[in-house]
Amino acid sequence: MNWNAIKAIYRFEMSRTFRTLAQSVVSPVLSTSLYFVVFGAAIGSRIDQVEGVSYGAFIVPGLIMLTVLTQATSNASFGIYFPKFIGTVYELLSAPVSFVEIVIGYVGAAATKALMIGLIILATAHFFVDLNIAHPIWMLTFLVMTCLSFALLGFIIGIWAGSFEQLQLVPLLVITPLVFLGGSFYSISMLPPIWQTVTLFNPVVYLISGFRWAFFDVADVSLFWSVAAIIGFMTACLLAIGWIFRTGWRLRS
Amino acid sequence: MAEILKVSGLTKTYEGGHQALKGVDVSIEEGEILALLGPNGAGKTTLISIVCGISTATSGTITVGGYDHDRDFRAARDLIGLVPQEINLEPFETVMNSVRFSRGLFGKPRDDQRIEEILKLLSLHDKKDNRIMTLSGGMKRRVLIAKALCHDPRILFLDEPTAGVDVELRKDMWEIVARLKETGVTIILTTHYIEEAEAMADRIGVISKGEILLIEEKDALIKRLGRKELQIELSAQIDELPKSLADKDLRLENGHLVYTYDTQANSTGITGLLADLRAAGLHMVDLSTKQSSLEEIFVDLVKEGAA
Repeated sequence: MNWNAIKAIYRFEMSRTFRTLAQSVVSPVLSTSLYFVVFGAAIGSRIDQVEGVSYGAFIVPGLIMLTVLTQATSNASFGIYFPKFIGTVYELLSAPVSFVEIVIGYVGAAATKALMIGLIILATAHFFVDLNIAHPIWMLTFLVMTCLSFALLGFIIGIWAGSFEQLQLVPLLVITPLVFLGGSFYSISMLPPIWQTVTLFNPVVYLISGFRWAFFDVADVSLFWSVAAIIGFMTACLLAIGWIFRTGWRLRS
Repeated sequence: MAEILKVSGLTKTYEGGHQALKGVDVSIEEGEILALLGPNGAGKTTLISIVCGISTATSGTITVGGYDHDRDFRAARDLIGLVPQEINLEPFETVMNSVRFSRGLFGKPRDDQRIEEILKLLSLHDKKDNRIMTLSGGMKRRVLIAKALCHDPRILFLDEPTAGVDVELRKDMWEIVARLKETGVTIILTTHYIEEAEAMADRIGVISKGEILLIEEKDALIKRLGRKELQIELSAQIDELPKSLADKDLRLENGHLVYTYDTQANSTGITGLLADLRAAGLHMVDLSTKQSSLEEIFVDLVKEGAA
């Protein structure tokens, strides 16, 4: 294992994060605070408790997931797309590194950044609502697993993308709608029965449900299915990445 | 000298069916400078990309320092540094960070002192904390060289190091290459500037349409293929060649005669020519000879390859 290479990639990516601190960290915190003001305070004050939890607190796990999913995906996709775009990918391809090391470096950095932002949002949320986390270890496990698996997805998108437009396409057209419709701001039991069934095909529902369970002990679907969903998703991403690197798809001509 | 790189039967066919390399065999000795000369699209960059691991070969084998380039890819790539043709750099990074990244990628522990030595060798040291986007084109090329050298490779590939570089920077680059050679690095460079190959290389390989036409010692190549020109200045200018000389390899240039001959031929025909000139009533004032440049040799070769 070329540990120095993993370290080099990880450091390089993290230094970009710290160089663009305002854009990387401040903006997600700001937009989340706006959600709290609008949904938590303004609208939330007119909504009763949801399953025994105040609405302001109820949306916290969903909001964290919304940001973490988007950030993990876009960081990882940008991280590997940018070298392709400016041509520095030649270095990765000509260095004595295996694909495993490349993935650990890029995905690790993207997931770290997403995790940092998730925790910052959690801390920010404390200023707006009272939060008691029922299962902190589970909460962290879900958060870390989500960061990792969506960073893997982002990595795949970054390798697939041939332009900046395509890079934005999946987060914008797939991930954001799935998160919004995945119960970030509501419990799926609030939906009409037919939509409840449709929603069960949305993988993000399982993530948010599990994550919310870790906070409040209430869930839309059982914990088993939440854990199974995230492990299944991560496995699918790992298999896809394994295939990409075996074939050199979109990387080696 | 020991062989450090061996390429055997290398072919590359792109998906569209274009055959970029048609069975290339090259053997490189440690410490030499080989210039690969060829027109655009000859396969120079493809060859380098495959050896460096950026592209995959369709068939053929490569060994670097005795290591198989596929099976022992880590050991093989460890010995190679690549300076690409395009200026591919992270614009927002500092020079130091960018070079540190490269060193790390090649599995070497962080060693800023070594990096600073390399930056000094390339006269880049005072720019080490500058962001890459603030550097001039010539400086950016040096950063690429620093990145390629920072893991102390034994073979350095320079893909068109002076493409699009002005004359002064080109001379600079030649000097850098000479300095690198002194450090014992084997250098393989591609170029389509003949004078560059002439100025830097120990051996010259000519590649055209995916095939190596020849690889030879530079001096031997010039000598072997060298044609010489004899310029004959006449006491009185003439407008056309006398009929008696029409069958000679003679042409009229600005009023004086130019005779082309092959230095390798059994007879150059000069003695006969001089006699014929006198017979035609032409008087000479001066004679001079000129060795044909690599450029002319190269054009001849590529034409032959096409024929």
